Amino acid sequence: MRKVMTGHKAVAEAMRQIEPDVMAVYPITPQSEIAEYYAEYVHDGIVHTELVPVESEHSAMSACVGAAAAGARVMTATSSQGLALLVEVLYIAAGMRLPIVMALANRALSAPINIHCDHSDAYLCRDSGAFQIFCESAQEAYDYTLIAQKIAEHDKVRIPAVVNLDGFALTHTSQVVEPLDDAPAKKFVGDYKPIYPLLDVDKPVTWGPFAMPDYYFELKRAQAAAIEEVPAVFLETQKTYSKVSGRNYGGFLEGYRLDDADRALVVLGSTAGTAKVAVDALRGKGEKVGLLKVWLYRPFPYREVAAALGHVKRVAVLDRAFSFGAMGALYSDVATSVVHVDRRPALANYIYGLGGRDITVNQLVQVFADLKDARPDTGLRYIGLRE
Amino acid sequence: MPSIKTLAEREETRVRFTSGHTLCAGCAEPMVVRTVLNAIEDPVVVASPTGCLEVATSRYPGTAWNVPWIHVAFENAAAVISGVEAAYKALTKTGKVKRRIRFVAFGGDGGTYDIGLQALSGALERGHDFLYVCINNEAYMNTGVQRSSATPRCASATTSPVGATIPGKPQDRKDLTEIVVSHHVPYVAQAAVSNLIDLANKVERAMKFEGPKFLNVLATCPLGWRTPRDSALVQAKLAVETRYWPLYEVIVGRYKINYKPKKDVPVGEWLKTQGRFRHLFRDPRGKELVVEFQAAVDHHWDELLRKEQCFPGGEENQG
Repeated sequence: MRKVMTGHKAVAEAMRQIEPDVMAVYPITPQSEIAEYYAEYVHDGIVHTELVPVESEHSAMSACVGAAAAGARVMTATSSQGLALLVEVLYIAAGMRLPIVMALANRALSAPINIHCDHSDAYLCRDSGAFQIFCESAQEAYDYTLIAQKIAEHDKVRIPAVVNLDGFALTHTSQVVEPLDDAPAKKFVGDYKPIYPLLDVDKPVTWGPFAMPDYYFELKRAQAAAIEEVPAVFLETQKTYSKVSGRNYGGFLEGYRLDDADRALVVLGSTAGTAKVAVDALRGKGEKVGLLKVWLYRPFPYREVAAALGHVKRVAVLDRAFSFGAMGALYSDVATSVVHVDRRPALANYIYGLGGRDITVNQLVQVFADLKDARPDTGLRYIGLRE
Repeated sequence: MPSIKTLAEREETRVRFTSGHTLCAGCAEPMVVRTVLNAIEDPVVVASPTGCLEVATSRYPGTAWNVPWIHVAFENAAAVISGVEAAYKALTKTGKVKRRIRFVAFGGDGGTYDIGLQALSGALERGHDFLYVCINNEAYMNTGVQRSSATPRCASATTSPVGATIPGKPQDRKDLTEIVVSHHVPYVAQAAVSNLIDLANKVERAMKFEGPKFLNVLATCPLGWRTPRDSALVQAKLAVETRYWPLYEVIVGRYKINYKPKKDVPVGEWLKTQGRFRHLFRDPRGKELVVEFQAAVDHHWDELLRKEQCFPGGEENQG
């Protein structure tokens, strides 16, 4: 049934259907409402979940690791500084191969302190070992929360997941969302089967040992193998979900009017919605423009990005965060994708939307115009910045 | 209460913590770990923060733990055990776990007094059903004897050295036991590695309570205290006899001093046997500092006596 709800509510509904055994919660704008909705479910007795209202995000992820190692299905949510505080333990969760699913309501990092959207928090945990998905809409935030849980818990994967949704733009705006009914949602996610749980006291295991130079490298290589399994499982899970939901998810990327485009944008998150309007406007005038939206950000789909952009002449990659002293993080990934293929577009890198700065259709139309007029250079360009 | 015979029998038959770890010769930690684990009848799951105990017992691919054990990071043992305990509650509700399991965290003073204090406070306030044991050797021994907030005044440590102008650590130690008492948890106690039966009794009494339980156990580090390798028990005993480390418990807010030394042994008798205080007995300024140290010990002891008088322990302290 179609309903009007915020991104928060959409994620909380997916979490209610997943019904983790343990949910660690700590407030931070703009994530808090996910915690609040879930606390209501627990206090109303409609889920069996143990709510652990911790005293910091660091303890949130620490409690998640303890609970997941104990054999529980575990979830949490955070934003910005909270992510920065807990990121130490996110790396550990990945190293310990624990399928903890975390919603990340994307918000700018301090300083200066700011509560609005950008992707500096997502980029901060880029190398953590968690797989990361970016959502364009509240519907995608709902769908990908369910999908991420199933991927994370897959036998071949078993690593944490970060489901990104843009702070305020998605978390606080009301959109039409069509959630699954509880029964098919629960059936899709399935039961969680822990491996070597701490609570199996008859088979004691040591979790989190320390490894010296004689073993550390091999153990990290084994971890890399786990995230390399994500793409195949991602596609398989999307396929199953498409059948259950009737919504067509296929691939790591969504191309929008891209097939015959000579100019294109590459974006993450809710900006894709704005970009689609810009693309439609220019297509109306006969311009061959398109969009590439990245769903699966880690592991990054290099080959698929190269295939999607091979025929495009000029591409603008939009990064919603600085990688200070370097080109944007998404740009670097796109550049890596196309560097080894013969047919490759000229690339430009735009930094935009920091700290919640609006991104408008007209600004994106202008980016397409810039791409037409001048061959991209190697410097950073900015959208909507007063200089 | 568990007799020596029971403890010895459990040590023989269950072997929860095995030999073959790499803790230093003469280290007090394994004695504390074995005594605590042997004093608990039910199955246990153990968490440890980063530190000597963790490093010396879990080098991949080996382990000294014959019970389920988890290490995550330095500052979060209490949060980790909170998660394990929450999982236990949830999985008991859904029928996936059917046995009674107890939860224990062993942290050092660095991981408990300092970097882990926030996580500990949070776990105590939330009321998780677990026992936290601080194995307190009064400095960051694993990283090379740096001062912690448990390090006593004047002690020489590598980040509070005896210099030309500053003679060791200038600050007093923190009273973590009383900080935990202020959380109004059901069971809080101080123990020492020299009094293992007292420690075992405390663990057994503690485990009768549902909710957070805390033990602060003085555990000599011969390397860091600069005492002979066979001195762990003697050193802790002197700390108790000089009233530097009172053995007491606070059960539901009621105080009981478990051992009141009959003789007044000056704290200098304890200080002078340790390399970390040697400067106090060589430097002309030392005499005055020892007098001040004694005054602080006396003050805390008096304070404790008054607390016991005001809020005396009842029957639950007996046995």
